[in-house]
Amino acid sequence: MKFLRDLLDKQKPLFHKGGKLENLYYLYEAGETFLFTPNHTTNPRGAQIRDAIDLKRMMITVVIAMIPCLLFGIYNTGNMHYLAVGEAADFGDKFLLGAILVLPIVLVSYAAGGLVEAIFAVVRKHPINEGFLVTGMLIPLVVPATIPLWQVALATIFAVVIAKEVFGGTGMNILNVAMTARAFLYFAYPMQISGDQVWTYVGDKMPVDGFSGATALAVAYQAGQEGVTATSALASHNAGIMDDMFSFANMFFGFIPGSIGETSTLMALIGAAILILTGVASWKIIASAFGGAWLMGFVLELLAVNEYMAMPAHYHLVMGGIAFGIVFMATDPVSASQTETGKWIYGFMIGVLTVIIRVTNPAYPEGIMLAVLFMNVFAPLIDHYVVQANKKRRLQRATV
Amino acid sequence: MSKLIKLKKGFDIKLAGKADKQLANFQPAQTFAIKPTDFIGMQRPKVIVNEGDTVKAGTPILFDKKLDRVQYVSPVSGEIVEIKRGEKRRLLEIKIKADQTFEFEQFTKYSDSDLKSLKREDVVNHMAMTGVWPQLIQRPFGVVANPEDEPKAIFISGFDTHPLAPDYGFLLKGQEKYFQVGINVLKKLTPGVVHLNLEDGAEVPSVYNNVQNVQINKFSGPHPAGNVGVQIHHINPINKGDVAWTVNPYGVVQIGKLFMDGVYDASKIVAITGSHLTKPAYAKTYIGACVDKFLAGNTKEGKFRVVSGNVLTGQRINSDGYVGYYDNQITVLPEGDEYEFLGWMKPTSARLSYHRALGLFSFLKPNQEFVLDTNMRGEERAFVQTGVFENVTPMDIYPVYLLKAIMAEDYDEMEELGIYELIEEDLALCEFVDVSKHPVQEILRKGIELIQYS
Repeated sequence: MKFLRDLLDKQKPLFHKGGKLENLYYLYEAGETFLFTPNHTTNPRGAQIRDAIDLKRMMITVVIAMIPCLLFGIYNTGNMHYLAVGEAADFGDKFLLGAILVLPIVLVSYAAGGLVEAIFAVVRKHPINEGFLVTGMLIPLVVPATIPLWQVALATIFAVVIAKEVFGGTGMNILNVAMTARAFLYFAYPMQISGDQVWTYVGDKMPVDGFSGATALAVAYQAGQEGVTATSALASHNAGIMDDMFSFANMFFGFIPGSIGETSTLMALIGAAILILTGVASWKIIASAFGGAWLMGFVLELLAVNEYMAMPAHYHLVMGGIAFGIVFMATDPVSASQTETGKWIYGFMIGVLTVIIRVTNPAYPEGIMLAVLFMNVFAPLIDHYVVQANKKRRLQRATV
Repeated sequence: MSKLIKLKKGFDIKLAGKADKQLANFQPAQTFAIKPTDFIGMQRPKVIVNEGDTVKAGTPILFDKKLDRVQYVSPVSGEIVEIKRGEKRRLLEIKIKADQTFEFEQFTKYSDSDLKSLKREDVVNHMAMTGVWPQLIQRPFGVVANPEDEPKAIFISGFDTHPLAPDYGFLLKGQEKYFQVGINVLKKLTPGVVHLNLEDGAEVPSVYNNVQNVQINKFSGPHPAGNVGVQIHHINPINKGDVAWTVNPYGVVQIGKLFMDGVYDASKIVAITGSHLTKPAYAKTYIGACVDKFLAGNTKEGKFRVVSGNVLTGQRINSDGYVGYYDNQITVLPEGDEYEFLGWMKPTSARLSYHRALGLFSFLKPNQEFVLDTNMRGEERAFVQTGVFENVTPMDIYPVYLLKAIMAEDYDEMEELGIYELIEEDLALCEFVDVSKHPVQEILRKGIELIQYS
């Protein structure tokens, strides 16, 4: 790797103060530090050695944890297509079609967001934030495969600018950036991200008779309206095309329509395992959010006035994007609660709110997006009271 | 009344290069130095000797105009060879070349019964004039104690949990009677208790055997269990307006020698440690010794850094620099000023990390000793990861909130979040584990100074 190093060293003066490209220094720096861990040494006073971790490592760990969801999402996109048009296809075909649909979305997201990051880094003279490694991957996983690419680009730019850069970059933001992108799409272009038609790519073919592209949440909500038992409505959905499409097991494994990365609870849990084992995400948030969702589902089941509410609580954990949202969105350390006590409350409330929104609000079939954003806003308040309690303990000690 | 406190939070950094428990035959150091920069909070140092003057061990050479009762004295007898100043004539070092005939200033000796009848004010005066006073450190702020104050208690941490820390049992072997006299003197200074904090489960060093007049507390757990600040937090925490003093066991022995033998005895054993040494061992020398003789023929190939003190709180010195006044240890590390290709992405088990994102399988080799260099291993960023600082700080304190309050210069918030309870060493582990690579100790000191001089 010596020649790369030499190449970089040779170009360095160009970007330093007084060099021709001095304005682009942070672009150069981003490239350089991506390739080589810098040669900085510790300060003369203080810690003389440092832990091997850095933010890049932390962020790439999250990206790795998302890979199972991405791969499964690619497969499932193809899988749902061939199911909808009633054609038989092998694994390779399904995966290929999925890749053709999904990878452009990933590329557009990274390109649009990366461009914004780069412009801000140059204009505001700060290093390029690694946080975008994660955001750029999260956004494609929470949109349907049929989404127009220009919408992906627009949403990414909106989210990176409004949710992050105006606050000063990664570490300063209040809202989860990827969730903001999705919320932007949801409210600006609802046609392309809600309803029954968008989740399955049909292309120029005709769907088979009787095929419905509705998500499990929509089906369950409909059951509540019509007074049909939710589980049987789910089980009999699309009966002509596939047996038990919305069985508990099928929803857990994720062979159902939905946003690209959200359908498989199993893959999200594999991601959760990676994040928890590496200590990157807080297990407290993940555990309390799932707990909160189940508990709320259970309470609703007890108080049920319609069939949707009477649906068994554990169904809530595998339907929609709740698992993906909890594992990858709620645990974002910047926008989540920062105190350990706060994390329990924050996660729990996300679970509770998700289920409440799902069951009681007809306008929003899925609740996790709004629950996460809502609790992002409340996280500083939770922390405030936790820290206040600490101050109070200290004060009491002084006056005793 | 003695307490047993079990701490869970923290992290032991296991480094290669622990000193063998034997005194190595290093050539004796020729020059010694007193560095005003070692005394944090010394504001206006004033030298009272000139180059060429001869001094004895215990001759005053320096004082702080803001705290002029306290004399700083020469550790050895010899000649002042250099008074080194830096930018804006800032006083850096007073170098003394030791002579062959070792002479002491003679001070009054006190027998046990003399000591009993001594008034507190006389004890304070005697200590302040003879050079042992700077061993007393005041909390809050971690500065040299003010003789005008009366501390609510005095705390002594009897063990050191820092990486490659010296064994106090070895450093202070055979000093039992001095230690006891030192304790008796300290007892005169406070109306409260003198606390001696020992490691639970470990063999009690002989110097602490049968020691009277103290309350013995035991602590267990990983570093920073040996930090006196952490111990104070659990025994008798410092609130706004409180003053407590801390002293190292070496300081207690030095005070004991002053009162029993009537001399300022600066002899001490220093651990010469670090992975870059061929033979880490202990050396017998005096306060402020030049390190060149300890390194001669003892270092491995390659660039290295010499640190006075330990790797968490120490200070970089030149390879002909001087051991810090309070340090019982020097550490020699490889200098890490090299680039590494894709260093942040590589899967590796050769790196030490508190975080499992790198050390996922570190539990397989719990006793692996690491060779760490001084590379930063990343660039500075805004705070992102949460909950980590709290996990290495066994105190009821929120370090990140405190650091943010300091950055915002919010005085009320700093007080309420407990800045009075902390000095640099208590948050040194946070600086080590920080994903975002903040200079945590520097920030904390800035906050302390804001509060102290407000």
